[in-house]
Amino acid sequence: MANPTAIKSKAVDAPKPQPVTAMSVVVPAIAWLIPGAGHLIQKRWIRGLLLMTSIVCMFVLGLAMQGRVYKPNGGDILDILGFVGDVGAGGLYILTRAMNWGQGAIAHATADYGTKFLIVAGLLNFISVADAYHIAIGKKP
Amino acid sequence: MTLSHFSAAVLFAVFASVVFGITQRNTPRDQIRYGLYCFAMFAGGVFVAGWVMWLLRH
Repeated sequence: MANPTAIKSKAVDAPKPQPVTAMSVVVPAIAWLIPGAGHLIQKRWIRGLLLMTSIVCMFVLGLAMQGRVYKPNGGDILDILGFVGDVGAGGLYILTRAMNWGQGAIAHATADYGTKFLIVAGLLNFISVADAYHIAIGKKP
Repeated sequence: MTLSHFSAAVLFAVFASVVFGITQRNTPRDQIRYGLYCFAMFAGGVFVAGWVMWLLRH
């Protein structure tokens, strides 16, 4: 038989559902589109600027090193994962595709580093988006 | 643009450490400490991997 005290304790410890506010919807979208902007619109100026600088610099360095920019429907599973990483950079990726920057294929060793820089910049932006969301819902100061 | 393996790894470590530090800790002091810790781990990992490859080569 279940212990009623334990059941009551579990009910008390269960996390409360977060209310859906305008900020909790807008912030992740803005943060994805413009790296660091999710923190900036919540007045976390230094954090936002540091995140923006880091992610944008990493992405631009990746392009400067002639890294490969992955496209959707690459066919290969690694290409799809590369695309998921790249698309994390949000507006930077959209701009890159629109301007036809980056390379379709890796030509030399440094370009391979560039490809990794591009993917990791997108993945870091995903982390940044999650952090901005946690601030928006009050889970993080 | 051509970067050496080492300079590319250091730049990678700097940018990733900044993001990890800010996102994984709450207070500014903890963020700086964790960022420095991540940078040390990244940079240290490069040296360790380099020496391991040197030992495998010889």
